[in-house]
Amino acid sequence: MSVHIVPRKIYFSVFAALLVLTGTTVFAATIPFGRMNDVVAMTIAVTKMMLVLLFFMHVRYSSRLIWVIVASMFFWLLILLLLTLTDYSSRSWFGPTVIT
Amino acid sequence: MSNELTATDARAHEWRSRFPTVNYLNADYGIKSWLLTKDHKRIALLYLVSVTFFFLIGGAYAGAIRLELLTPQGDLVQSQTYNKLFTHHGIMMVFFFLIPSIPATLGNFLVPMMIGAKDLAFPRINLLSWYIYMLGGVLTFSALLFGGVDTGWTFYVPYSTNFSNTYVVLAGLGIFINGFSSILTGLNFIVTIHTMRAPGMTWFRLPLFIWSHYATSLIFILGTPVIAITILLIALERLAHVGIFDPALGGDPVLFQHMFWFYSHPAVYIMILPAMGVVSELIATHTRKPIFGYSFVAFSSLAIAIFGFLVWGHHLFVSSQSVYAGMIFSLISFVVAIPSAVKVFNWTATMYKGSISYDTPMLYAFAFIGLFTIGGMTGVMLAALGFDVHVTDTYFVVAHFHYIMVGGAMMGYLGGLHNWWPKITGRMYPEGWGRFAALVVFVGFNLTFFPQFLLGYMGMPRRYHAYPADVPLWQVLHVMSTAGASILGIGLLIPGVYFLWSMRYGRFAPANPWPATGLEWRTPSPPPTENFAVTPVVTWEAYEYRPVEEMRVIGPGESAEQAAGVQPPLDRAET
Repeated sequence: MSVHIVPRKIYFSVFAALLVLTGTTVFAATIPFGRMNDVVAMTIAVTKMMLVLLFFMHVRYSSRLIWVIVASMFFWLLILLLLTLTDYSSRSWFGPTVIT
Repeated sequence: MSNELTATDARAHEWRSRFPTVNYLNADYGIKSWLLTKDHKRIALLYLVSVTFFFLIGGAYAGAIRLELLTPQGDLVQSQTYNKLFTHHGIMMVFFFLIPSIPATLGNFLVPMMIGAKDLAFPRINLLSWYIYMLGGVLTFSALLFGGVDTGWTFYVPYSTNFSNTYVVLAGLGIFINGFSSILTGLNFIVTIHTMRAPGMTWFRLPLFIWSHYATSLIFILGTPVIAITILLIALERLAHVGIFDPALGGDPVLFQHMFWFYSHPAVYIMILPAMGVVSELIATHTRKPIFGYSFVAFSSLAIAIFGFLVWGHHLFVSSQSVYAGMIFSLISFVVAIPSAVKVFNWTATMYKGSISYDTPMLYAFAFIGLFTIGGMTGVMLAALGFDVHVTDTYFVVAHFHYIMVGGAMMGYLGGLHNWWPKITGRMYPEGWGRFAALVVFVGFNLTFFPQFLLGYMGMPRRYHAYPADVPLWQVLHVMSTAGASILGIGLLIPGVYFLWSMRYGRFAPANPWPATGLEWRTPSPPPTENFAVTPVVTWEAYEYRPVEEMRVIGPGESAEQAAGVQPPLDRAET
């Protein structure tokens, strides 16, 4: 199995990017975006996760099989989120029972 | 120094003389050779000893629970202690016995042997998984010793985060750590099954034991991280007041139940799938027939593993989960019954016109089919929204999951242990005692848990130390249950005694005592450290069994050592 040698420069720049993004998260928390609060925070978080996944975990340089496995992990996360949301999104459809 | 050497040599000689060949048990001696071993078979035995230890602890708590429920009043313990008793029983049995029982002992021992490999893909990681398991076990056990936990094994919030004054964090930490042991075992199995199959061992020649362990490993890897994080979040909320589950901090308590059951429902399949793999082997071996519908049984394992992840909401029907989500989860829960039924029907079809033996392993396989069917069908009842509301948190649920976990997983474990005991130790267990113990276990089990179905249906809630004395039938049923538990306890002690006895006094096992077709039987008992003298080349399909009538004429076939031209030593050949 061949091992891809990643130049040190890339590791340091990814690390720097992660630090900057962490700072951005803290900074963004002080600005009220209203409904977009979650979207902003999650966008930064997902970007950071992708950097770690692609560069620190070497997924970017890995075989297609590894990509499929990573994709299946995301699919399982999607199951967790979607089926949980079937609960939260439909709770209000059924109003509280009023006993007269 | 010379004295020490002589003593070691004498011990070596004594030990080797008992087993005619050099094998994994006598290849090396001393505590260090066990604690630092990288041999999957020795690690399996380390696991066997430790899961048995935790099982005894869990069993002791079960005994205390049954003793308290003998009478309607709380006269042995009060509610506070009782809460701890059932919590400890659940935590020990679920996390430290049932989940690792078959995969980490029989799976560790047999996965490489069944596919014709020398070891698992990552022997060091395998040993690491045992140390992690022990660290988790010791931490959780110490939490129980310091004063215990009273949250129930489910750690439901807000009680576990805001109100319980017991050792929730320490017990949770142990379970969190233990999770990594499962993940490593699952990873090891998946890589081994993918990359280390012997030449000719194609996917559809694999024993069904391997398919079910593959499916189990998928659940280990995909599910365990979620429970680990969930328990970590409980600790964070208890210690740092991070608002995840507490509404006052902006959290949601039902979210805990979603996350907890996302793992813990598939965890039920972690317990039952390996047992199903064992039962497939037992039925094929002891009816001398190939498994009917091999590929259906193989794929039903994967189907159970996948569908098992989509049904967790059936634990939340009365937890203020949306009714519409409940309907979806109820429907998918019904669907899981299909692959489970595929297995049960195919096993039954396998037995049709087979040459059925009534040896101990087969008795456990019979018990498994019957008890798992009762457990599974009551599971379908519980998946129905209306019925579930009626029996939620009653003994009906307790009886249901004990039929799956004890009637299913335990029977598979015991059956497998008997079936492969000759291979593991090189000694036969006493068959008469084995059959007797299997019957005692079966009777004791049913007497313990069948009355609980009736109790639950009549409204006896679970997790209560006392019950009304003015309904005399309740006490009658509880007395039956406690009597059954005593019988079950004795039934489980008998194999413990004769297994230990057989290690020294049992007659020597031949390489293939049943005789079975799997690769693990084509090498001496006990196997050498490297499992096979030569790498086996597989040219036959799985379960190419011959009826006993034919066997009498042409014999059980060559073992690997005979094929390699090695004469079996005399004292083993005579058995």
